[in-house]
Amino acid sequence: MSNITRRGFLKASAATAAAVSMAGAPHVARAAGQKVVIVGGGTAGATAAKYIRMADASVEVTIIEKNASYHTCYLSNEVLSGDRTIESIEFGYDGLKAHGVTTVIDEVTGIDPAAKKVTTKANGDFAYDRLVVAPGVSLKYDTVDGYDATVAETITHAWKAGSQTVTLRKQLEAMKDGGTVAIAAPPNPFRCPPGPYERASQIAMYLKRHKPKSKVIILDSKEKFSKQGLFTNAWTELYGYGTDNSMIEWRAKSAEGNVTGVDAANNTAISGEMGTETKADVLNIIPAQQAGAIAVAADLVDDSGWCPVDKKTFESTKHKDVYVIGDACIATSMPKSGYAANSQAKVCATAIVASLQGKEMVVPSYVNTCYSIVGEDYGISVAAVYRLEGDSIKKVSGGLTPKDASAEQRKREKMYAYSWFANITSDIFG
Amino acid sequence: MKKAVIPALLLVAGLSVSLSSAQAADGAMLGNTCAGCHGTNGVSSGPASPTISALEKDTFVDMMNSFKSGDRPSTIMKRIADGYTDEEIAAMADFFASKPYKAADQKFDADKAAAGKKLHKDYCEKCHEENGTFDSDGSAILAGQWKTYLDYNLADFQAGDRPSPKKMAKKMKKMVGKHGVGSLEDLSNYYASQK
Repeated sequence: MSNITRRGFLKASAATAAAVSMAGAPHVARAAGQKVVIVGGGTAGATAAKYIRMADASVEVTIIEKNASYHTCYLSNEVLSGDRTIESIEFGYDGLKAHGVTTVIDEVTGIDPAAKKVTTKANGDFAYDRLVVAPGVSLKYDTVDGYDATVAETITHAWKAGSQTVTLRKQLEAMKDGGTVAIAAPPNPFRCPPGPYERASQIAMYLKRHKPKSKVIILDSKEKFSKQGLFTNAWTELYGYGTDNSMIEWRAKSAEGNVTGVDAANNTAISGEMGTETKADVLNIIPAQQAGAIAVAADLVDDSGWCPVDKKTFESTKHKDVYVIGDACIATSMPKSGYAANSQAKVCATAIVASLQGKEMVVPSYVNTCYSIVGEDYGISVAAVYRLEGDSIKKVSGGLTPKDASAEQRKREKMYAYSWFANITSDIFG
Repeated sequence: MKKAVIPALLLVAGLSVSLSSAQAADGAMLGNTCAGCHGTNGVSSGPASPTISALEKDTFVDMMNSFKSGDRPSTIMKRIADGYTDEEIAAMADFFASKPYKAADQKFDADKAAAGKKLHKDYCEKCHEENGTFDSDGSAILAGQWKTYLDYNLADFQAGDRPSPKKMAKKMKKMVGKHGVGSLEDLSNYYASQK
């Protein structure tokens, strides 16, 4: 702070005075109808669209999205257990229309940051003043030998909810009692860190009800995983984890868990240094991930395959006036979760509106809350509040459900998970 | 020596001004992070997380502080509330105080609601004024609040897990003594029935 000078003091005072006088004054004249184009109408993209319009209805906001509707990844594991319908996690864009957001169902084929335009397959070019890229993740099929998008139609990843979620559910329903389900869990970082383990829990819950001689094997590319203590507690309590009759088995990377290949003809996963074969009745391969394909094509990623951004605004550090939010961006130490994407989108929306209005960006604030439903009346959570320190997003508070939470607290956490789902989806799409 | 003091004073003044202009807590920025669980502008889609719009500033501040201190039991709210300074909580409180209340559209049992209406009048109206529609002195708004949320909190008050003002504890004990534990369910149905 030794560099604060008298001159700096005067400047700061002037800024304060300006900020105060602006509050009561009409908007500074500026070009009408400034354009924001948003690539991707998922959790991050749709939230940003709504919050930009809420903050400044003079901004023209257009979402370009490939699919006419969106299936949330969150709570899609309940579709696998049969506790939830696929329709209940499907959301359209009519709600955003009411906020004055235009949604174009089309595929973006190119981004030109110099000319400030986006090219689409069927609707030509879209010029923008600010661009938001929110493409989510793409799956690195080439990290698993014998696995590709075609094989994934039958040996699913189901990591983008939708038709594959339904396929996986049907496979579980068709499986005989005494069958084996194998789930390959990906290496870090990936979308929804507790997701593979919630999936194992939901499938075990279904099997316990209908096919109690069956089991779930998790083949992991890691040595540890999100909410591990809470998951294994619940598995011990509900599914006999750790016993000979456990309905869930977890194999760490060091226990030959990391899947390197798939023998599709034999529904077999190949893992570890020894090439251990795991034949399954239902096989679910969640491969390693990186930023969505358009972010890679548009040179928004670094060597990690994810998009570096200024954490205060989510503007790309590679291209000016292009912002990347949600799973595709590097927002360490926030996880790649739905709540994080929703929270980042609001910071980004505020930054974009400030920059279009020629104002200073306010101090950003970020939150993550993530529930996993591990059994009947049994929810667990992790939450955190973050703030910007330097150029890093730092956790200020938060943590996990206590290990000794009462049955009533676990039951309530499941209800809070449903409440979270109802609220976040209406906050995004409503 | 006096000469040296003057620049030091200027330095302190400069610091405080730059903090207040560039780092002031922004109510909308902070409040919008709550929407993932409490709905856009604090109007919840339910069923267990409450609507938090239109609360008096002090009510909101007291709630957050009681989560922080642990006086009020919670699953997740202490973990969240711990992340905010007094200034930030005050800014959030102003934000939500400025947002309109919207009664929840939810199912309720009409018979229980009718019984609850009478119970409210006899035991609650003195502090939860105007049929629980009016937030005064930390009473919050009960009318049109989500029923699951009300049930959780009535259960916590009844169990003594959530501390209540002496008057309230007395009234509640009297009510449950005379009308049974089912009277709590009657009350939550009444508040849920209000539009």
